[in-house]
Amino acid sequence: MASVLVLVEHAEGKVKKVTLELLTAARALGEPVAVVVGAPGSAAPLVDALAEYGAATVVAAESEDVEKYLATPQVAVLADLVAAESPAAVLIASSAEGKEIAARLAIRTGSGILTDAVGVDGDGTATQSIFGGAVVVKSRVRTGTPIVTVRPNSVSAEPAPTQAQTRSVDVTLDDAARAATVLERVVEEKGSRPALTDASIVVSGGRGLGSGDNFALVEALADSLGGAVGASRAATDAGWYPHQNQVGQTGVTVSPQLYVAVGISGAIQHRAGMQTSKTIVAVNKDPEAPIFELADFGVVGDLFTVVPQLTEEVTKRKA
Amino acid sequence: MDIVVLVKQVPDTWAERRLSESDYTLDRESVDAVMNEIDEYAVEEALRLKEAHGGEVTVLSMGPERAAETIRKALSMGADKAVHVSDPALHGACAVQTAQTLAAALGTIPHDLVVLGSESTDARLSVMAAMLAEKLGLPQLSGARKVEVDGSTVTIERQTETGFDRVQGSTPAVVSVVEKINEPRYPSFKGIMAAKKKPVQTVTVADLGLDAGSVGLASATSEVVEMTPRPPRQAGQIVKDEGDGGVKLADFLAAQKLL
Repeated sequence: MASVLVLVEHAEGKVKKVTLELLTAARALGEPVAVVVGAPGSAAPLVDALAEYGAATVVAAESEDVEKYLATPQVAVLADLVAAESPAAVLIASSAEGKEIAARLAIRTGSGILTDAVGVDGDGTATQSIFGGAVVVKSRVRTGTPIVTVRPNSVSAEPAPTQAQTRSVDVTLDDAARAATVLERVVEEKGSRPALTDASIVVSGGRGLGSGDNFALVEALADSLGGAVGASRAATDAGWYPHQNQVGQTGVTVSPQLYVAVGISGAIQHRAGMQTSKTIVAVNKDPEAPIFELADFGVVGDLFTVVPQLTEEVTKRKA
Repeated sequence: MDIVVLVKQVPDTWAERRLSESDYTLDRESVDAVMNEIDEYAVEEALRLKEAHGGEVTVLSMGPERAAETIRKALSMGADKAVHVSDPALHGACAVQTAQTLAAALGTIPHDLVVLGSESTDARLSVMAAMLAEKLGLPQLSGARKVEVDGSTVTIERQTETGFDRVQGSTPAVVSVVEKINEPRYPSFKGIMAAKKKPVQTVTVADLGLDAGSVGLASATSEVVEMTPRPPRQAGQIVKDEGDGGVKLADFLAAQKLL
């Protein structure tokens, strides 16, 4: 059986959820090979979790260099493996860096690339949701090795325990791979909240909040649900919430199990970033707000009373 | 410092966008076309870098004849000249072919920096900076919310989900920018008038030394094989808050097993 390379996303000794989703998708295509690129010692703590989700092989590509460069170490390792193994496909998480790794790998290996897949079939055909979710297409790669980036939360991770074989490979970087160096990685806000792009629950606030201070309501609801916080463009443009939290056409695209829109009218550019969410609920005082056309459940009312009541209710029921 | 700024004409995101029924390529005809929004920030950043460090800003765009409008807009913002890669052979080009074509065009324009937006609103791949850096062997300084140039050293703050990375490389380098980086200027009346006289060189794939058969739909590295409009979401339940809106919403979430 052909192998399928899965680039492992990991942090602080843990495998990120999206990687388990990728391993699940990979099993339909061939035998999953989990590729860990990281600092020395990063692969060992991940092996059990990777094997639990069906990784037949774990490749450890460890080097002190990995943290110093952007995308190029992963590209170097994957390109070597593509050449050696002729895999059926390479699956990478559809994060900003994941897409860049995929992009460089496509050029390096003379392959086609499909980004932001929400599903991958056994023959490598990917399903993509385009134009902000208005159209669904199936696409395939015609040249080289299919390189597919998969959007977090689009495949549900299913365990398939196996014994993983572990082997090590070198990280060999040429001059071009060292052309840009990462001087430092700065964490500006490290909270307990999950990251927006791969959160299962996202609570977003918009113009209706009226001020940055009022985002505390959105944060409290997000915390009660264990979700991430997003914002509409109106809110980020007004400086009420950090730009990197913007959900929409020019911001982040999310596809969580639950999306809660608070004081967001639902302009087309916002919908483009969230309308593939599994369940959408909305609170807005305007009954005509377009967000209600998408909502599975909507409350027409004052968010300043509805949202705190919801937060209290969620907290009570989860206790 | 010579800067090439890449711009792309895209369908207006306020319009209903579609793929053509015949070959599943982007339908560019039925909707209004505008400059890709993030490219305005790229043009602005290129102009600010020129204002601080001197040199020339050249606009480079690949697209059908109509993309000349978008090129003209970049010129009216203040760019000096433009190269428009326009050739029917490019119809349906994939990202890899686009990178090959743009890389070939960059080979004909002197540049210390190549500046572009982090993604286009039509295809939304966010891959072009990485592909060009790989293809040209240049430093990839992507996702910048801040760019600093000191001699031949370029340092950016790359936006991340939790903060930023400081990434550095030497010119020539590829820099992609995010929306947070600046506030793009509006073209002034004077700028609009001046743009009409600025040189725009139109080139074909043959002019760039590329084989027309290697850059379009027929030889694209990926293809769309099926297209369906997303089925409309089933109408949900909308209730008016009677003092228990929050409780009702919690009831719904509980019923959906989301609590």
